Amino acid sequence: MARLYLEFEKPFTKLEEQIRELEEKQRRDGIDASAEIRDIRKSLIVMVRKQYAALSPWEIVQIARHPDRPQTVDYIEAFVKDFKEIRGDRLFRDDRAVVCGLGMIAGERVMIVGHRKGHDTREKVECFFGCAHPEGYRKAMRCMRLAEKFNLPVVAFIDTQGAYPGIGAEERGIAEAIAVNLREMSILRTPIVGAIIGEGASGGYLGIGVADRLLMLEYAYCSVITPEGCAAILWRTAEKAPQAAEALKLTAPDLKAFGVIDDIVPEPLGAAHRNPREMAVTLERRIGRYLRELKQIPVEDLLAQRYAKLRRVGVTIEAASGSSAGSA
Amino acid sequence: MAMNGRAKKKDIPEGLWLKCPGCEEMVYRKRVEENFHVCPECQYHFKVGARQRIALLADADSFEEYLLNLMSPDPLEFVDRKSYVERLADAQRQTNLYDAAVVGRAYIKGRPVILGVLDPNFIMGSMGSVVGEKITVAAEKATELGVPLVICSASGGARMMEGILSLAQMSKTSAAVARLARAGGLFISVMTNPTTAGVAASFASLGDIIIAEPRAMIGFTGPRVIYQTMKQELPEGFQTAEFMMEHGFVDRIVARSNLRSEIAALIDYFGK
Ligand SMILES: [Zn+2]
Repeated sequence: MARLYLEFEKPFTKLEEQIRELEEKQRRDGIDASAEIRDIRKSLIVMVRKQYAALSPWEIVQIARHPDRPQTVDYIEAFVKDFKEIRGDRLFRDDRAVVCGLGMIAGERVMIVGHRKGHDTREKVECFFGCAHPEGYRKAMRCMRLAEKFNLPVVAFIDTQGAYPGIGAEERGIAEAIAVNLREMSILRTPIVGAIIGEGASGGYLGIGVADRLLMLEYAYCSVITPEGCAAILWRTAEKAPQAAEALKLTAPDLKAFGVIDDIVPEPLGAAHRNPREMAVTLERRIGRYLRELKQIPVEDLLAQRYAKLRRVGVTIEAASGSSAGSA
Repeated sequence: MAMNGRAKKKDIPEGLWLKCPGCEEMVYRKRVEENFHVCPECQYHFKVGARQRIALLADADSFEEYLLNLMSPDPLEFVDRKSYVERLADAQRQTNLYDAAVVGRAYIKGRPVILGVLDPNFIMGSMGSVVGEKITVAAEKATELGVPLVICSASGGARMMEGILSLAQMSKTSAAVARLARAGGLFISVMTNPTTAGVAASFASLGDIIIAEPRAMIGFTGPRVIYQTMKQELPEGFQTAEFMMEHGFVDRIVARSNLRSEIAALIDYFGK
């Protein structure tokens, strides 16, 4: 399969081609090129590391959107055992931009909710590129209430540019659907682990993004709005998206510093799309660890901690004294 | 800078006459002001600032403000074509407010309430950390004191210049409203022009009763973005208060002149 290389990945292609050629030569001619291959691999690793250590926020956004980057359904396939999909909001229809269902993660029974972006064109169109309608958020809420009733923790996979900007979405109350999810998730009497796996943008992310532990993959991004959307409004041209990406402070370390996420999940060398299997293993372990940790917390304590966590995010000062005080 | 005095009227330009955006007639400014800032010809509801809104809603001299000096320290050091620091300073000068929300205790026709008001003239009434904190404190005070919460929204949504911190105010305010609801508290949400995006998708849509002012713009995504996505004409009256009521997301449309008595009557019905 032809692989898509991002601009900053292109220097890797030459070395990767060399390795492939040598491997083939080995097979074909029966000569031992392993030492040479090892050397090229080493320089490739050094090169990738160096490149990825100096990525701009806009480049990180490109990685988060990489067509080969694993999506919710890929993680479900990789590590959710006995997945039983649950469909529909019982009100209007089944929104394919949100996938929900029962399954086992790291030996724990859980309810899964996640954005579904789709890989090929047909899938992408079917699920509006991961932009959910109100019925998607209402389906997620229905499944989360089901989880609460039967004491199953919720695992949310977040990967969206935002809710679907359409007439039907407005007519069916997309604002209300998201607002209700925010309210209900804040008092849901079961643990919630969220993972921002790619894009976490706008209210569309938040609609399934309230959690006791919010994880973010190393090269995911999370923002009030997509950089293009921000640039179109504030710079009056979407072409300023790279500047907007910089200004919005949307990378995982930024989010950690703001206290919005709890943990950064490291990605394989060269990001998740270069080694989806390794990524899945890391993510499964991490989710499993938090599920076991949260299971130990009595539900009233869990809710008090969840509120305290939501409550303290934000930065304000008192004008009179001029002294800095993070809003507690 | 003295911020706590009475706000000077800014949204209606100076001059004896002004042009009504509703009927495009020149109307006598004083008549508009005496008429709750509503056009006497076509009932167009002019935008009103936070202080004016409080004066229109609360009993005279009953308002006691919370957190009046709270402001943003520009946590992202955000700069687009203009710096956020400059935008804040301009908005502060224009509105005599430190940020887009004013909250406090008040009486409405003798009934004690916690009143929160957004100012559409302060960076479009957008919600950053200060607005989020103030709305959260308002909901918490209403819960603690057992009095109804009344919030008049007028907002373009989350404030981009505070990045993810502004988005996080949506879950923060909604969580505070959840606690008020769980404690049996009454929340009356008043949507005024405009109530959109991150504010529509959080506390404003969570009222036990949702009132809207006539023809207020209410919605999540801006009409231009929807048009660009769908490449299809938007329906007549799309995203107006009337449209939202027809689709089941607004309970009542109430003219500004009746708002005080409407809120008082609702409070009485709910026995709060
Ligand atoms: Zn008029």
